[in-house]
Amino acid sequence: MIDAVLFYLFAGLMLLAGLSVILNRKPIYSVLSLLVVMFCLAALFIMLDAVFLAALQILLYAGAVLVLFLFVIMLLNLQPEALARTRAFTLLGGGLGAAGVFVWQIVRLLPVEGGALRTGEAAPSGVEALGRLLFTKYLLPFELASFIILAAIVGAVSLAKQEPPARRG
Amino acid sequence: MSALAPITLTHYLVASAILFSFGLAGIMTRRNILMMLLSIELMFNAANLTLVAYSRAWGNLNGQVMVFFVIIVAAAEVTVGLAIAVLLARQLHTMNADEAAHLKW
Repeated sequence: MIDAVLFYLFAGLMLLAGLSVILNRKPIYSVLSLLVVMFCLAALFIMLDAVFLAALQILLYAGAVLVLFLFVIMLLNLQPEALARTRAFTLLGGGLGAAGVFVWQIVRLLPVEGGALRTGEAAPSGVEALGRLLFTKYLLPFELASFIILAAIVGAVSLAKQEPPARRG
Repeated sequence: MSALAPITLTHYLVASAILFSFGLAGIMTRRNILMMLLSIELMFNAANLTLVAYSRAWGNLNGQVMVFFVIIVAAAEVTVGLAIAVLLARQLHTMNADEAAHLKW
């Protein structure tokens, strides 16, 4: 029972914040709404026994990615997006397209037998089991991930670096 | 109280589908590059919720490992995307994706 109450609380808050992400005209409010989405999602992860991923969600998404967004927004000092620039056609098309995809997802999904979520001992959880899997079965992707991060660091620095006005020889 | 049935896999999948549709609507309607990146983050998170829910329902951890990699790739993607956004704002003085159409013939 408490499960259901918590699920509806966090899922409802997550969806409200998600709506607020795409409806706000100022990017900074959208970023702060996305922060609420991340925290609610972390709560849902804990309810699904994925404690390590919940911690990762808060540390990496809320702590690093969203702070990066905030940095860029404050650095660029944006004007709010003009409403007149968004045409009614775009809004209608986007809304209808998203609604169509949603209906398609639901139609595909509802025949899937819901089934109760497996409890406790059937599903191994915890950092130890995850780490064991990560360093045996998924060792190669794990090492490749470090290459992706290195490439992202180098790419970001070389893209965003300001060229010095006059290069000294 | 029968209104609060036990939470099943379907509950999580429906919540994830709604969140994904929000992200999709956002990326199709907003033209600000930062807003498009935020919408992509929403869609990533909806996919993560699906993976974790299935991982719990099937009783193995492969889905959680996949979410781990998705988070890493999302962090890398956001880093490069924001660098490009900064570059765009510096060179073209705009954040509107429609105005960056120099490669279009």
